[in-house]
Order: sequence, then structure tokens, then C-alpha cells
Amino acid sequence: MKYPIQGFLAAIVVTFGIYGCTATESLQQSSVNSIIPITEVERPNPDPRVGLGAGLFDAEEAIWNLRLVSTTPPPADFIGSWGTDLAFKDNYAIQGNYNGFIVWDISDPANPELVIDYLCPASQSDVSVYGDLLFVSGEGLEGRLDCGTQGVRTAVSEERLRGIRIFDISDIRNPEYIANVQTCRGSHTHSVLVDPNDDENIYVYVSGSAPVRPEEELPGCSAAFPDEDPDSALFRIEVIKVPLANPELAAIANSPRIFDGLDAPPTRGLSPAEQAVVDRAREEGRFVAEMMGRERVIPDGMVRQFLSQIVRERGGSGMPTAADSIALKERLPELIDNMLQVRGRGAEAHGPNQCHDITLYPEIGLAGGACEGYGLLIDISDPVNPVRIDAVADSNFAYWHSATFNNDGTTVLFTDEWGGGTQAKCRDIDPYEWGANAIYTINEDGSMEFQSYFKMPAVQTETENCVAHNGSLIPIPGRDIMVQSWYQGGINVFDFTDPKNPVEIAFHDRGPISADRLEVSGSWSIYWYNGYLVNSEMSRGLDIFELLPSDFITQNELDAANTVRLDYFNPQGQPKFSWPPSFALARSYTDQLERNREASAHNLELIRSSLANAERTSGTERNRILSELAVQIENGSDFINNSTRAALLSDVLRKLAGET
Amino acid sequence: MIYHRLMITIPLLLATGFFISIVILACSGTQAATDHTDDRHSAVHEMSELEALYWERIRESRMNFVQADVDFMTDMIAHHAQALIMSRLAPENDASRTIQTLAARIINAQDGEIQTMQKWLSDRGQPVPVVHIEGLNLMIHMENGDQDHGHHAQHGNHGMHGRHDMSHHHDMPGMLTQEQLEELAAAAGREFDRKFLEFMIEHHLGAVIMVQELFAVDGAALDREAFELASGIKAEQVTEIERMRLMLDEM
Repeated sequence: MKYPIQGFLAAIVVTFGIYGCTATESLQQSSVNSIIPITEVERPNPDPRVGLGAGLFDAEEAIWNLRLVSTTPPPADFIGSWGTDLAFKDNYAIQGNYNGFIVWDISDPANPELVIDYLCPASQSDVSVYGDLLFVSGEGLEGRLDCGTQGVRTAVSEERLRGIRIFDISDIRNPEYIANVQTCRGSHTHSVLVDPNDDENIYVYVSGSAPVRPEEELPGCSAAFPDEDPDSALFRIEVIKVPLANPELAAIANSPRIFDGLDAPPTRGLSPAEQAVVDRAREEGRFVAEMMGRERVIPDGMVRQFLSQIVRERGGSGMPTAADSIALKERLPELIDNMLQVRGRGAEAHGPNQCHDITLYPEIGLAGGACEGYGLLIDISDPVNPVRIDAVADSNFAYWHSATFNNDGTTVLFTDEWGGGTQAKCRDIDPYEWGANAIYTINEDGSMEFQSYFKMPAVQTETENCVAHNGSLIPIPGRDIMVQSWYQGGINVFDFTDPKNPVEIAFHDRGPISADRLEVSGSWSIYWYNGYLVNSEMSRGLDIFELLPSDFITQNELDAANTVRLDYFNPQGQPKFSWPPSFALARSYTDQLERNREASAHNLELIRSSLANAERTSGTERNRILSELAVQIENGSDFINNSTRAALLSDVLRKLAGET
Repeated sequence: MIYHRLMITIPLLLATGFFISIVILACSGTQAATDHTDDRHSAVHEMSELEALYWERIRESRMNFVQADVDFMTDMIAHHAQALIMSRLAPENDASRTIQTLAARIINAQDGEIQTMQKWLSDRGQPVPVVHIEGLNLMIHMENGDQDHGHHAQHGNHGMHGRHDMSHHHDMPGMLTQEQLEELAAAAGREFDRKFLEFMIEHHLGAVIMVQELFAVDGAALDREAFELASGIKAEQVTEIERMRLMLDEM
């Protein structure tokens, strides 16, 4: 598409280029000789986010350590309708909206191009992609099976859609609406699970928090408590199985009650379908045992955990033997009891009713469930039968909304969407712990341990809805860095590598939509995707940002992050980042050695000059320099005083040297 | 120090201004042909058109309600107000630290929601209940809504509105009787904690029932703000109910 105002656009870009350069220059002056610990870096004071002027498209703005590459307003049909979550495929960003969804081509981040705006109203229209399929959540009462904009006027209607819509987007300019899966509570959000052991199906976990639909509208929906009606829609999530060869046959495969055991254990027997699953598993020689009130198939992850415990207990090591498996069969009830007891599940207690969001991290076999008052750690190694491993409740009565793991899966961050996102909760009277993130470490036994709270620290006005919302990791190697939405509190980037001391390192904020009254708006989600931070603004459209080098992040670290490439990204499905070997990656680790004071100035200089020499040469000479440096790092016990980072660095060097 | 505080939105929007302007003209068909020159003024003009469209749509989105939505907001304001009365007792009645944290969170949350519901009613030209709390006594007077949607209600009828006297409030699910309130106010320490949890669980359950009743009415909760508010109240109070049951179990 040609814009007749390119000349003016060029001028804008130039202006920004100048701002960017200014920032970089002053930064280099201050940091060329020393990278200091991030807790010692000076912050803007007073905070420029406080007291910004109001406006819809002309609000005053504050930006720090970021560059705003572009802002694109929504297409006309979507003006005044709330923009929601984002999913990414190839060079496209798909932005959900209460009116449907919008596809943007973001190949040129300075000029996102509208590919299609698809009118199909439903709240919240959270979106996910897999292959040629697009999934869209519908929860509100106005969503229609036929995508009509007229709404549904009766409480019971055959025309209503609450659940998941499935589109074929093989031709992204012409999405084809191929199927619906109706669910009892609709779909507030959903998460797509790609099972590494199943290439024929994918799974969609559906979370809903709105009231249960009347049985007359969707047969089988019951809002009774499970002890009154075992088929109650309460206290469960839905797992939809999508056959990739026939996605139109997508259907609910299971409705696991992953909260059972937090609640009083149900005393009912198994339904015929559940009994069939258990019987089949038993025939296949899988482990089956009584757990949390009924017979269950023990998930593979838990079996592995128990087997390695048995191996440890007999003083062995390595893979479990057949004898260990026999021992496990006998000891299963005891091991399960111990596990539940260790996790404080002995006492009967009530559990949450539903999850708001479930973040799936299949590479580590775990999911983080943000389920009302609980943060859950869930084993998803058997996708149709997720099992809770641990649950934490927060002493500040958080309403858990979403979860994000760090890349290693050793830390999990839950957000508290206090007030549902429509209230002003960042005023000076609102406590820091409320409406914030709560950061937990995950211990070896799967239990979670609280570390700290983190909240966007700038005081916002009464007319700005503001609370923790969606975000994602930014793949800075060796560090845990996340970008996050705070509705009208703007967006920010923070480092939680030290889970006890999260540090804000960048931000952007606009003044309120209106100075006179709270108009719900702001940033719904912001995610890193292939080098850029893409922001779904509820009213103002799509923002694209770029993280700038600063005293918190070096250019090397940004360069290394930009070597990570994703083909697609779903917010509630977390990919494991891995970094291809590069000089930028080696220099990133070196910069981190300096920042954390883990190597002497002399050794840092030696590493940097070796890297420079190696990069100048090629072939065997380059390989020799790199291998020698790796040997030096590995052999000198006090060369680097952080063995983990030393191992990461020498690994990159050996890969660059072509050794592995 | 590297940060910028600048006005940048409008120029950036110029990148897409032309395309957008065509869409708007196609859709509305009401505007006189715009001068399609590449200058800044026309782009700024497009943005102000988009902004006008935004406010028009926001106003339109507030016309899509039924009487059940109005009744829900009106009743829930009184329901929330009683939760404020109960929660404000916590500090002076020597509640435990945990109960005080819970009570403070309830006050903060429900106070904000009362304001949202008042704004919802006033935006739709409906009478707005104004809450007065004196100790254990809840008084509500109705400010007449004007029919000029989108403006603040005028201060008008300050008398007690017939439908909103106390006897009506106690008809709502989960509302405490005045005797129960007095019983709570007379308790202290651990006894207060227990009574507070028991009463607040009932009170919250009542709010959840009110949301379910709203959703059962034809045409109700279609209004975007009403749906968000009602399902938000349900989700948050269900969460708190579970937490309070847990706390009660542990006592």
C-alpha cells in the first residue's frame, strides 16, 4: 500500500532517529567503560509518567529506554470497540477486538499494514494461532454463531456463541470460519497446547469466568455444585481436542477438575467415560491409582518424578530399571499421599471455581494456572489429563489473572488483575502489593515459594484504569526480562533475574483518555515478537516499540535477543527460547560478567580482545582463538566467578569454533 | 538520564492517516470530500474525525441497556455499601491482621465499583443512588438522572426514594439485617473475625446470585460496561468467598 504522505512520514522517522541517536550517544559515554549493576543505575526522577496530559490520540507521553516505532489507529469499524489480545504468525500480528479481529502485516514495523478487519463481535475475542488455524474466544452474551453485529436479545437463544470460534487462515486475507465449540461458561481466554508426542491433534484449554449458561441454551450445562451434580460446569476447565486433519471436528475431550483436592474430595464414582479412560490406561500398562478422591491415570511427569525418587532411595543413579517400575506400582499410594501431604493438601479446603488464564509451557511439561485466588502449577505431560502439582494462595487476596514462566522454568510470575482491569488501582492510595505481579520460585519438588511483588511504580490518576495485565519474556540471554501491559498505566519492561529484587528498566505511558472521567482503555497486551514489542492498545490501536540500549541492557544483549526468531507466538503458550551461537551472544555473557562483577577488568579485557581478534579472522585461526579462550575459561577456576555463566560462555565459544 | 517526554502521537498517526480517511468516508458517507493533500493539517483533521467517531461510538454503546441492568446497578450500589459498613468495623473491632487486610481490600474494591455503577447510571440518564453511611446506618438518596445522556445527573430530589428505603435493601440476597450488623459491631477480636467471615461470605454469595439473576433476563448484560462489571463482581467475589471459607476453616 502506498501512502501519499510518505514524505512527512520520513520526516517523522528522522526526528525519531535523532532522538534515538541522542539516547545512544549519551549512553555510550556513560557506559563505555563500565557496565554497572542494574540496582545502581540512576532512574528518572521525578517520574515523567506522573501527571501526563489527557487525550485520545493526542495524549502527552513519557518514554524511557524505548523507541516508539509506530502507532496505528484501529480501522473505522473497530474505533470505540476494545482491542484485546494478540497472536503472531509469520509477519502478521492478529489483534483481537470486541468487534472481531484485525490482521496487521508488520513486516515494516514503521508502517503496519491492515490486511483484514474481520467483523465478528464477541468479548473478549482472545486470539491464538496454530498452522493455518486461528482460534478466537467468545464469552459475552452478544456473540452470534453467524458473526452478526445485531447481538442476541434473549437470555436463551440458538443463535448465541459462547466458546471457541475456529477460522482457517491459510489465505490470511480471507479467513474462513470453519467451526465453533460451545462451552458452558463461554471462553474468557484459552490456551493452545501443542503436545510434543502428538502430531495429529492440538489441544485448546478453555477458561471461563462468566456465569454458566442456562441448560435450555446449551444442554448439559449445570451451575450446581459438583456434589449436587457431578456434571457441574463449575470447578473445571475444558480441554478441546482439535484434529489437525479435520479441524471442523474439534470437540471437548475432557473437563478436568484440576482443582479437586483443594476442595473437599468428591465421593462420587467415575463416569462411564472416565472409567473407560482409566481402563484403557490400565490395559496399556500405565500407572493408575486413587488420588484426590478418585481413580486417576497418573501423569507421566509425576511417574518420572516418583521413579527418580525410587532410584535415589536405593542409592542408584541414571535410568530407572524394570524393578523400579514394579516397586513404584506397589508404593504408588504411599508416594502420592506423601506428595500431597508435603504440599499441605492434607486438610480439606475449598478450591477455585475456574481459571482466568492458563499459560502452557510444553517444553518443560508445566502450565501455570491463574485460577481465582490460587496460582497453580499444573503437570501437562498428558495434555488431556492435566494434574495440579502445587497451589499457592496469596496473603494479599490476589485475584490471579495470568502466569508467565522464566525461560528456565525455575520462576513463575502471577498477575493480580484486581478490579478486573476496569478500575483505577495505581493511585497513591492503592498498595504496591495489590494489582501487582507476585513472583515465585519453583523448587525441585514442584512447590512454589513467594519471592516478591512487582508493580508499575508511577502513580496514575483516578481516570486511568490500571492494574497488572498481559506480557511476555524478552529473550535477553542469561537474564529474565519481561515486558508488560498495565492498561492506562502504560507498558514497562523489568528484570526479574533476581526474583527477590525485580527492577524496572524501561517504560512508555500516555496520559488518560479523559481527564474528567474514567474511560476504560490502555494497553491490553504487549509481547515481544522477533525484535519488536507489539502493543495492543484498547482504543488507540497498535503500537510497535523497540527496546534501546541503556545502562540496563547493552547493544550486545539486544543483538543476541534479535537472533531469536519465532514462526508464531501465542501469549498463553510459552515457547522455550534458545539462542544460536553468535559473537553477540558471547559478548552478552561477557557484558553480564562485568555487570555482575563476576570477572576482573583484566579478564574481561582478555575475553573481549580475543573475541575481537576471532571475529576479524576466519577459518582455523578463528577457531583456534575461540577454542583457546574456551579452555582458559574452563581451566582457570577463578577466571570467572560464576560457574553457570562461565559454562554458557565457553559453550558458545566452542560452538562458534565449530567444535560441536 | 535518557527519557523523553514529548507529544508524538499525532505525527506518527500520519503514517496511516490517508488510508483510514478513505475507510471512514466509505463507511459513514457523510463527510464532505476532504482535501486529499499530503499536508499535516488534513492528517490532523483525520485524527480528529476518528476521535469524533470514537466518542460517538462510546455514546452509542451506552444506549444498549434494559431495566434489569438499571435495577442491578441500583441494587448493587446499596449491597456494596453494606459491605463497606461491615469492613470499616475491622480496625476498631480489633480484627486480626489478615481480616484487616481483607477488609481493606474489600473497601478499596467495592468503593471503586460503587463509583463505576453510579457513573454507569448517570451516563444513561438514570437516577443515581448516593450513599451516606453513619456508623451502622446506611442511607441512600436518589439523584434524578437527566435525560441528557452522557452528562452528570443534576442534584435534584434529595428525599428518600420510595423503592430504596432500608426495607427494600434487606430483600436483596445476602443483605444483613440491622440486628446482624449490630451483632457484628458488638463483637471483637477472634469473635469478630469469625462473624465477619460468616456474614461476608453470605453477603458475597448474595452478590453472586444477583449477577446470575441479571444474566437470566432477556437483553440484560449486553451492555459492554454492564457485562464487564457484573462478571467482574462475580469472579472477584467468588474468589474472595473461597478465600474466606479457607480462613474460616483454619480458625
